[in-house]
Amino acid sequence: MSQYVLRRLLIAIPSLLGISVVLFVVLALAPGDPFSELATNPNVPPEVQAALRAKFGLDDPIYLRYLHWLNAMLHGDWGFSFVSRMDVDTLILQRLPATLYVIGSAQILALLIAIPVGVYAATKPYSLFDQIANTLAFVGFSLPTFFTGILFILIFSVTLDWLPFVYTTDIKATGIRWVLEMIRQAIMPVAVLGLFQAASMTRFVRSAMLDVIRLDYVTTARAKGLGQAKVIVKHVMRNAMIPVVTLIALQMPAVFGGAIVTEQIFRIPGIGSLLISSILSNDTPVVMAVTFVFACLVVLFNLIADVLYGWLDPRISLR
Amino acid sequence: MLDKELRSMIGQVKDGRMDRRGFIKHMAAVGLTAPLANQILALGGVAMAEGASTYKPTKRGGGGALKLLWWQGPTLLNPHFATGTKDQDGSRLFYEPLACWDPDGNMKLVLAAEIPSIQNGLLAADGKSVTWKLKPGVKWHDGKPFTADDVVFTWEYIIDPATAAITVATYRDITVEKVDDLTVRITFKKPTPFWADAFVGAPNTIIPKHLFADYKGSKSREAPANLSPVGTGPYKFVEFKPGDLVRGQLNPDYHMPNRPYFDTVEMKGGGDAVSAARAVIQTGEYDFGWNIQVEDDVLLRLEKGGKGKTIYAVGGDTEFIALNFTDPNTEVDGEKSSMKTKHPLFSDPAVRKALSLLVDRESVKKAIYGRAGRTTANFLNGPEKFVSKNTSWEFSIEKASKILDDAGWKPGADGIREKDGKKLKLLYQTSINGPRQKTQAIVKQACQKAGIDVELKSVVASVFFSSDVANPDTYAKFYADIEMFQIPLSQPDPSQHMRRFLSTNVATKENKWQGTNFPRWVNKDYDAAIEAAESEMDPLKRAAHYIKANDLMYQDTVFIPVQHRLKVEAAANNLRPIISGWANETDNLHDWYREE
Repeated sequence: MSQYVLRRLLIAIPSLLGISVVLFVVLALAPGDPFSELATNPNVPPEVQAALRAKFGLDDPIYLRYLHWLNAMLHGDWGFSFVSRMDVDTLILQRLPATLYVIGSAQILALLIAIPVGVYAATKPYSLFDQIANTLAFVGFSLPTFFTGILFILIFSVTLDWLPFVYTTDIKATGIRWVLEMIRQAIMPVAVLGLFQAASMTRFVRSAMLDVIRLDYVTTARAKGLGQAKVIVKHVMRNAMIPVVTLIALQMPAVFGGAIVTEQIFRIPGIGSLLISSILSNDTPVVMAVTFVFACLVVLFNLIADVLYGWLDPRISLR
Repeated sequence: MLDKELRSMIGQVKDGRMDRRGFIKHMAAVGLTAPLANQILALGGVAMAEGASTYKPTKRGGGGALKLLWWQGPTLLNPHFATGTKDQDGSRLFYEPLACWDPDGNMKLVLAAEIPSIQNGLLAADGKSVTWKLKPGVKWHDGKPFTADDVVFTWEYIIDPATAAITVATYRDITVEKVDDLTVRITFKKPTPFWADAFVGAPNTIIPKHLFADYKGSKSREAPANLSPVGTGPYKFVEFKPGDLVRGQLNPDYHMPNRPYFDTVEMKGGGDAVSAARAVIQTGEYDFGWNIQVEDDVLLRLEKGGKGKTIYAVGGDTEFIALNFTDPNTEVDGEKSSMKTKHPLFSDPAVRKALSLLVDRESVKKAIYGRAGRTTANFLNGPEKFVSKNTSWEFSIEKASKILDDAGWKPGADGIREKDGKKLKLLYQTSINGPRQKTQAIVKQACQKAGIDVELKSVVASVFFSSDVANPDTYAKFYADIEMFQIPLSQPDPSQHMRRFLSTNVATKENKWQGTNFPRWVNKDYDAAIEAAESEMDPLKRAAHYIKANDLMYQDTVFIPVQHRLKVEAAANNLRPIISGWANETDNLHDWYREE
């Protein structure tokens, strides 16, 4: 087992290197310039722009810049933002709490809805409950988050005036009021993201369950006289969860990566909005750091998913 | 001669035969901005009156929280590294200049004790030096006294090339010296009619010597104060999250009486302009929204029964169409739009003239900019009462057609005019931006009716405005026949603006398209006028030269002004913000208050 994990980790190194090369080259070749805003300002002489480019090493050849970046990254230096003139890791750490809180809650909400609904719908396929769940799921994942987000704002903020639609990180309250405010302002973004995720996940759970529920061993279990609840939870669900675990594991990096659209709508200062504003201002060190961390997380959670299979189904041996 | 006329007008203002406003009106008619006209008056011996204050509160603090919404939040808080006005706005909460501009272009004192004038001996009559008296007893937020040393240091910090300060252009040709602890003298190399540029306004705030002295030049990026500013302003720094939040609290030692009104200030970033307008005007979650570039009918809808309103400030931002004087379709020595070519169509002045008749400014205003735009014939614009009524523009397809007919451009079989085998086909480029694409459509339609075929092209703003040498789509390369955008008038003096279009500044492959003269318009008289202006000892004659240069551009139709754009902001109904078109939004923040 530990040998397997070690081997997988070693295999991950070349693939991460490959990913970093691709990311770096694409970003370096992409059009735009971090100091472009200065170009339209007649007050800023071109020499300043040239000096800034030289200062941040933008005039070096790509391979040299890549080696510099790689060397720094190995030493734990994530780079220096052109636009904010601060270390990228501080910038990312500042954004992480809001992302973890909002996107994490949304994922939990999605799971809390998807697993019970999906399982129950699968036990009674084509029943009224199943039909309703299916319809709602279709509606849920056909509506993009930018639409539901604005719809929620119009209903709950503008018309009813119940919830704020600008997310603030510095709530001026303490104790229980602070907690309540934090929950209040997160309701809309969490609901928008959570319901969207839940919709597709419900369909997934339901079909995974249906695949397993028809197998012979389930009939055997029932024939042994086991109760419905025990059959479903112990025998069906455990096996049906294997593809679901993959799906969830692959979605975990997204919790750290943030949700670009939703964060923009509700002004949540998360990783997603950092990423999009950095892309728009061509702040390559930040884009590079965020995307690379994202790549690392995808690799890591893939490994975790593989390890979990072994626990869920002992027949899958890890060699 | 114009300088004589100017002199006699100044004389009239002096002995009261002409009022100040009348003088400024005359100056605006010839393309000068209100702040500049005021400075010329000062040089002519008429002391500048300080802008009136409308501030009412009678005690410091007690105003609660001021919640500002900047949909592009500040990403750094050192004014001399600011990559955009958003950073200057954020820095200005904490740092202060010597003086700033009010909505009418009048000077208002901040850290200076007196407005320099010839009468009080602070302004040299030849326009070659200005002395600033500093307010006594001003303290930095950490308790250290503010002195002339800080002003001199700020200059030294900026002019060090290794610092790469973006404000360097204002400072590299001046010398700043300390006279005594509360007096600094600025010496100019040339007579300078715009003498109130250095250390005036949000981009030119003063930084503390004791915190930045060790971080001058190449070490500038390591300064801890870059991220936690210590200034002299009305609010003390509390917290900064780049792109998201800037927070400050009342400075109990602030040097202006009864100010500031608000106990805390918060500047929230992110999102988009429409939802920012909503949060201020419709739900009232925020007090003030910055730069609300939203279609007018959306704003009108939000304002109905809302909790806030839009406010407008007149500045000098003009959206224009520039004409390419070289051929963008012929490649010479690996370079399109090369100076070795002539534009096949625009070399005929009739085509340029006809084109300017085909830009329907009124429709552009009605359909797109609404209350946030004004039709104009001028490249430089000012407050409404000062704008020239002598110049005019016209939209007439018939006249344009007639001019083209007379010049020999006859419609071909496909309805497109042609002459000597050359078809009137134009490529019209701009950056991607809703109002700009709509303007393109309006111009295209009119051109089609007059027999000119226009192909539209729009480029992502980050590419269009970049200095990327490898990219063919930048405004500087100008691989199109006409292009439209706006150059922000970042200071109320046209001299920087006018220098752009010298023939030595043409953007070419040789200078990696860093040249600022993108229309590639070359005119000897223009060069001579600018040259004469820059070596001119007399500030009034200098102004006359600029006016001549300005006129030359009009005669040649180098630019077609499309719309004079106003600053649009959103504010809560009870907030009394002071917004000047000549300054950053937060430049007069110390005077903001809330009506109870």
